[in-house]
Amino acid sequence: MMRFILPLVVFLVLAGFLYVGLGLHPHEVPSPLIDKPAPAFSLPQLDQPAKQFSPAEMKGKVWLFNVWASWCESCKDEHPVLLDLAERKLVPIYGLDYKDKPADAQAWLNTAGNPYKLVAQDTDGRVGINYGVYGVPETYIIDKQGIIRYKQIGPITMQNLRAIILPMVHKLEQQP
Amino acid sequence: MIPEIGHFALIVALMLALIQGVLPIYGAARGNAVLMGVARPVAVGHFVFVAMAFACLAYALLTNDFSVLYVAEHSNSQLPAHYRFAALWGGHEGSLLLWTFLLTVWTVAVTQFSRHLPQEMVARVIGVLGLISVGFLLFMLLTSDPFERLLPAAMNGRDLNPLLQDPGMVIHPPMLYMGYVGFSVAFAFALSALLGGHLDATWARWSRPWTTVAWVFLTLGIALGSGWAYYELGWGGWWFWDPVENASFMPWLAGTALIHSLAVTEKRGAFKSWTVLLAIGAFSLSLMGTFLVRSGVLTSVHAFATDPRRGIFILAFLVVVIGSSLTLFAWRAPKVGLGGKFELVSRESFLLCNNVLLSVAAASVFLGTLYPLFMDALGYGKLSVGPPYFNTVFVPLMVPMVLLMGLGPIARWKKANIPDMWVRVRWAFGASVVIALLLPFVLGKWTPLIALGLLLACWLISSVLLDLRKRMLREGGIKTQSRSYYGMQLAHFGVAIFIIGVTLVKGYETERDVRMAPGDTVAAGGYTFRFDGVRALSGPNYEGKQGRVVVMKNGQPVGQLFPQKRIYDASGMPMTEASIDAGLFRDLYVSLGDAIPNSGGAWAVRVYYKPFVNWIWAGCVLMAMGGVLALSDRRYRIHARKKQETHSTEHTATHEASAAGMTTGSKPA
Repeated sequence: MMRFILPLVVFLVLAGFLYVGLGLHPHEVPSPLIDKPAPAFSLPQLDQPAKQFSPAEMKGKVWLFNVWASWCESCKDEHPVLLDLAERKLVPIYGLDYKDKPADAQAWLNTAGNPYKLVAQDTDGRVGINYGVYGVPETYIIDKQGIIRYKQIGPITMQNLRAIILPMVHKLEQQP
Repeated sequence: MIPEIGHFALIVALMLALIQGVLPIYGAARGNAVLMGVARPVAVGHFVFVAMAFACLAYALLTNDFSVLYVAEHSNSQLPAHYRFAALWGGHEGSLLLWTFLLTVWTVAVTQFSRHLPQEMVARVIGVLGLISVGFLLFMLLTSDPFERLLPAAMNGRDLNPLLQDPGMVIHPPMLYMGYVGFSVAFAFALSALLGGHLDATWARWSRPWTTVAWVFLTLGIALGSGWAYYELGWGGWWFWDPVENASFMPWLAGTALIHSLAVTEKRGAFKSWTVLLAIGAFSLSLMGTFLVRSGVLTSVHAFATDPRRGIFILAFLVVVIGSSLTLFAWRAPKVGLGGKFELVSRESFLLCNNVLLSVAAASVFLGTLYPLFMDALGYGKLSVGPPYFNTVFVPLMVPMVLLMGLGPIARWKKANIPDMWVRVRWAFGASVVIALLLPFVLGKWTPLIALGLLLACWLISSVLLDLRKRMLREGGIKTQSRSYYGMQLAHFGVAIFIIGVTLVKGYETERDVRMAPGDTVAAGGYTFRFDGVRALSGPNYEGKQGRVVVMKNGQPVGQLFPQKRIYDASGMPMTEASIDAGLFRDLYVSLGDAIPNSGGAWAVRVYYKPFVNWIWAGCVLMAMGGVLALSDRRYRIHARKKQETHSTEHTATHEASAAGMTTGSKPA
């Protein structure tokens, strides 16, 4: 008798696991860079290629580092959120234009609006590789010591801006 | 307007599916012929309305109606028309519609080809299929409406995922789904038998052809998917043990076990409850595959948009369908008596081993696929299980499996004699060992795995040929054997061809990933490849670069290859189109990686020499052809003819029965 109930029992245990599994987020691979210093670089700025930008200049500030490109469709979904955030001046946003043509990127910012304090031009994508970028857009929260505290994979939405990013920025700003 | 008609057709279809799911089953329990008689016409109506919805979505795609969200997300006005049609199953909502549509196609097929079966059986089968359809229609209408509007309409669509813009991809999902959905028929027969309490050999006889058809489609569907991955992903691999691939492979393993176990149940009356469990299992794994793919609980290269609400719905549906059928099994199966007895050495035990090995294989694929989920759920962190696990587990299971495949067909039912069998196969086995030991030296490299693969393939081929020869010589010609016998041998032969393909491509392939400037050459597998640079390329909805590679053997050019790198306009997604010079004994495969900046036109180029790789898919096609041959067996054609003859008598019987039902119904209270 027992052996005929066994398949049902096995299935129910499995269903329990699947239920728990639904609440998990397998795509959220924790970045190995979390709580590590942001990799250093020096890149030309998008609008003034003669000038360089390096994250070392940002010591003492909490900032968002947003990886984007003019060819990236999801970045266009994210763009209004960034514009809104920039307007509210809650946290400075710096961009990394990843594997992109400067002219295309500049044209896009001219038409859609520019939420960035400054954009670093990563034409060959080497800096992106150091930051472990595997999909665009990605956004890093970097604290006053230059340590990466959070990495958002995929576009920032109003929800996760309110729920995760802004509270974390606020908390980091309280710290020395 | 048209999308609203489609949406409305889905609602009507849901109502009809409810009627189809409830009345005939209730009628069968009550012995009410009128209620049972509802099954066929309602099933046809149900099909008509789902087909209407299907046509409406196809119309919206073909006419570029970007006010429909699904069309705006999965199509584009620049997309060629055949891909616009294929976009029908390029996304989540559309593929559910395809699933449901195919389910109704199968149901109508059951109504047409089951006229010789008892009415209760047919009523229950159609009822169960109706209930499954209720689940899918509800899922669509509640969480994934394909006809949702996008207002204001988009100017243009986001385009079909470029990975799916490929002829192979146009037919891969329908084939795969025909297989998945086809197992629902075997499942419905099994449940019908459980509900009716007649778990004898007859239900096995009726569900055998249906199971074989589903298996043929699934086999071809998986082969197409694998072939697509081979030339479309640009890595030259043909199987990645990706969760989505596994989701189709598990039902295939269970279905293969089911085909063999059904044979035993039909012929010998043995394994009765086990066969029912397998029929439930094969379909459950198909549903589970849909869940895994659609709910996003697993990471996969097949990145589908996911929504937790959908996950909850499919899980609830799984629990209802699988949970209730296993409960029914636990309740009814203990009453089933034991079947015909058999000795330890007999065809039954060989088939039992086959079933055990296939089930363990399916279970280990299942475990490997879900292991990351289990670990994550238990809080042990995130990890992934890759090909090393699957290869380590799978090969040891398949070796005894293939060895027994050579013996099974020559063993007698009930009691076989080992010394007898040994006398019959010893030359085949000896010759296989010799070939397996020596052939690798001729081919250039000897490794234990190559020898093992060749041993299995030679053993299988020689035992198939030996048995064919014996039966033809001793039992009087080619005509005496049934087509299902030839079908079986052809499918087994296909397995041997498959093994040869896998063994030789794994053993002797050459893969070169090189940086090539125009004029550079690289050697692989006795050929020299010269890269002649790239030129610009422009397609209907993409731009790109096309490289030219000249292939030379002994200094003489033997062919040219044109690998492409495309950037699709709407999505900006880069795609690699490998260029393949295919042949019976080897493929020459070239794909472009990335351009190397500031190098004067140099590219990263992948050059592969793949010996016997096409034998992998040829083996699958032979297996499927074996299935088709078995289906054309005389006994199924006899049924078809009998159906014509008994049609009139059955008709009168139904008529009388319904008349009787009417009288009971209108009896004064």
